[in-house]
Amino acid sequence: MSLSPFPFAASPTPRVLVVGGGIAGQAVCEQLVDRDCALTLVCGEPHLPYDRVNLGKLLSGASLAGLTLRPDTWYADHGIDVRVSTWITELDPEAGTAGTDKGDVLSFDRAVLCTGSTALVPPLPGVEVPGVHVFRGPEDCERILADAGRAERAAVIGGGLLGLEAAYALASLNVPTTVVHLMDRLMERQLDGDAAALLAPAIEQLGVEVLLEHRTEGVLTDDRGRARALRFAGGTQLDADLIVVAVGIRANTELAREIGLRVERGIVVDDQLRTSAPRVFAVGECAEHRGIVHGIVAPIREQAAIAARTVLDESGSYEGSVPSARLKVMGVELVSAGDAEGEHAVAVRDAVTGTYRKLVLRDGRAAGAVLLGDTRGSDLLLDAIRNAAPVADPLQLLADASQASAADLPDDARVCNCNGICKRAIVEAIRRRGLGSTQEVVAVTRAGAGCGSCKPVVSELLAIEREGAEEEPTYLCPCHKQTREQLAARVRAEELESVSEIGASCGAGRDCGACKPGLAYLVSEVRAGRHREERHARFINDRVHANIQNDGTFSVVPRMRGGVTSADELRRIADVVDKYEIPMVKVTGGQRIDLLGVRKEQLPAIWEELGMPSGHAYAKAVRTVKTCVGTDFCRFGLGNSIKLGIELEEAMEGLYTPHKVKSAVTGCPRNCAEAYVKDIGLVAVEGGWEVYVGGAAGSSVRKGDLLTVVTSPERAKRVALAFLQHYRENAEYLERTYAYVERVGITRVRDTVLGDGQAELIERYRIAKAATDPDPWLERHRPVSAKQFAELDSDPVLVGPPVGGMR
Amino acid sequence: MSVASIRNREWVLVGRADDVPLLEGRSVEFDGVRIAVFRLPDGWAAIDHACPHRGGPLGDGIVAERCVTCPLHNQRFSLVSGERQDADGPGVRVYEVRERDGQLELRRPAAFERLETAA
Repeated sequence: MSLSPFPFAASPTPRVLVVGGGIAGQAVCEQLVDRDCALTLVCGEPHLPYDRVNLGKLLSGASLAGLTLRPDTWYADHGIDVRVSTWITELDPEAGTAGTDKGDVLSFDRAVLCTGSTALVPPLPGVEVPGVHVFRGPEDCERILADAGRAERAAVIGGGLLGLEAAYALASLNVPTTVVHLMDRLMERQLDGDAAALLAPAIEQLGVEVLLEHRTEGVLTDDRGRARALRFAGGTQLDADLIVVAVGIRANTELAREIGLRVERGIVVDDQLRTSAPRVFAVGECAEHRGIVHGIVAPIREQAAIAARTVLDESGSYEGSVPSARLKVMGVELVSAGDAEGEHAVAVRDAVTGTYRKLVLRDGRAAGAVLLGDTRGSDLLLDAIRNAAPVADPLQLLADASQASAADLPDDARVCNCNGICKRAIVEAIRRRGLGSTQEVVAVTRAGAGCGSCKPVVSELLAIEREGAEEEPTYLCPCHKQTREQLAARVRAEELESVSEIGASCGAGRDCGACKPGLAYLVSEVRAGRHREERHARFINDRVHANIQNDGTFSVVPRMRGGVTSADELRRIADVVDKYEIPMVKVTGGQRIDLLGVRKEQLPAIWEELGMPSGHAYAKAVRTVKTCVGTDFCRFGLGNSIKLGIELEEAMEGLYTPHKVKSAVTGCPRNCAEAYVKDIGLVAVEGGWEVYVGGAAGSSVRKGDLLTVVTSPERAKRVALAFLQHYRENAEYLERTYAYVERVGITRVRDTVLGDGQAELIERYRIAKAATDPDPWLERHRPVSAKQFAELDSDPVLVGPPVGGMR
Repeated sequence: MSVASIRNREWVLVGRADDVPLLEGRSVEFDGVRIAVFRLPDGWAAIDHACPHRGGPLGDGIVAERCVTCPLHNQRFSLVSGERQDADGPGVRVYEVRERDGQLELRRPAAFERLETAA
């Protein structure tokens, strides 16, 4: 078929339609984003492209948001028309139109099919029953997680890369897990017999049983029709009530078939990634190139880079990829690339340490490698294999590789296979931008932002550039390169009492001032509230005890413990709204009432007339404890959530924290108070209380980690307060509990909060609590300066004398 | 304060020095706009109160020795030159301010006319 004339003339900027929002579709967009074309990305799944390679992390508690490859703003900033939950149902290559399931018609000059693949499910009896899952998308992970809670035993069918990663994730959830594999060795596509023989015991060490040479013939069910066991050829069985099928993938070719493209195992493409229709291209797991369908990420990126040229009519040729795989299982290091076997091969093998390193040559050139247990030098070997480098002395190269550092890598060696970043780009970014930490390098270059396995090399490159100097940590004061720990040590050693004294001592906070609220928190926390308060170090909210709004007015949220109020309070609130003509009264998400649009000068008088204490809704502090009605009225309630919620709020209120702390107490696992997604959440269960920490339902959504289950409300409150104090003492400023818990791990939090240190944490909490100001709104009677609540040319609305003290 | 006296670059009394605590700002009406006056460790500074980004109240910002950060979206401005410091972007106007006998006085700077003409 002739390639011309292309109808580019019809639209000066070629319109490129990318069908499919997986890693391939995103890779094509990344390559085309700065080119002169109009991009439309259509994603069938209800999410923006995410890092499917790391799907296993969803089983160990990560959120999908954390796997999202680019935020929605990225697409907007680059003018990409991105549509999620949208399927292309018809496509006319001749007319250049594509129809969506929403009824829209999209015009294109070029279409790139990135439709990916689905999990291959063998047609076994019983494979469709509840309890049997595939491991392919976030929804699968949700279902697996839901079942894992009640599963007695899990089985994973398939001992390849994906199967092993799924099995490891299940074992990590404390579900006894067996990998069932048809072949006589694991990962037979990537490993030779010797490596596989060492891999099996290493996997079993992680608590995963390995069952080789077992052909699954069916799934047996219990009397409720749920999976109960696997039945094998030969009649033996394996009890398992949670089954994951991970035997392979099948290219998604339905659309391609319907429009008459040539399809074999995948959509057949030429070296320009062009399908049998000249305006339609295909990239990724749906594409078949020279008889090969690639299912791993590195070749997909290579295809995307070529396709980005050929769709714009530039020259480019994809000659195939060297397949390489890296097992992402904690404690088992494994890299394989190219041929695992061949006549000309050298290997070192140590069964005691479980180490195996092999280099395969073809015609005197590097052709493949298997590294197990010791993957040093894998980047060097991968580079040699990719370039088919001539190797005179293979044993010497293997030995050299184990000594190799990142310094030995050629400049154009690819360090990050996920994002295709070479060493030169990383080193140049470090030099040009003066980057100081791996975190920064990853953020700037995106090397290591994929599966993360190259991060050690990125760190090594950084260390070389910094001539061995230690990496820069997270600074509380970046201007003076001072960490929280360094500043805390200084406060202790020099007995500093204020932000000004810290500034005089080391300069922190004096240049840009951005860290002053962080310093103010630090000095108050380290000195347990016995510090000298300086209002200039506080954000405006903490100077006037109200939350600044976009028009410079403020919002007022009185404390309403546990979300419980009274007719008297509501009447006073209503009177205040009328008298001060407050533009908006709003019920908040925290079960309180917000008065919005208040002028600074009105604050003292409004507080006075409300006669309620501050709700700290403006501060990095304990905000509120939401509750459900629990046993008071609810017919399902198991615990008195209102009583415990109010007590917890009283115990925590007034304490400042590294970031805001939201809490909830709910009377049964129906979770009406949403305790699972709070910084601290208590859930009544039969016989006791569950304590969750590190939950979030803001820009990040994360279910809290179950810290512990206790038998009494008193114990629950005590554990919650110990966690609060632990967080107050250890988190970075502006680090929410969910980020803190993810960073240090729930195990370490549990060790500290539930261990011997609990009594001391509670003691320090008591000291800090005793030093809190019970109600900052009382400053209406004793302002810290004459114009605390006014401007130079205004005065606060008059506040009468306190009527009979605090109401 | 009369418009004429402002235009003639006379010092205009705007408030009491004691009403602005150390390293804080307070705003005041001057020459038809609101000006934020800041007390620094070694003197005074005065700039436009409204942030050029979204009109945030700069007088309510966090003050360091030579700059202020807008409380709404963290735009940072020099209190000496008025230039944007955290990124490229429009700056703010700087006014002359002095303390006399416990009183604060403001004056349009000479360079102001040129700025206005240029804008």
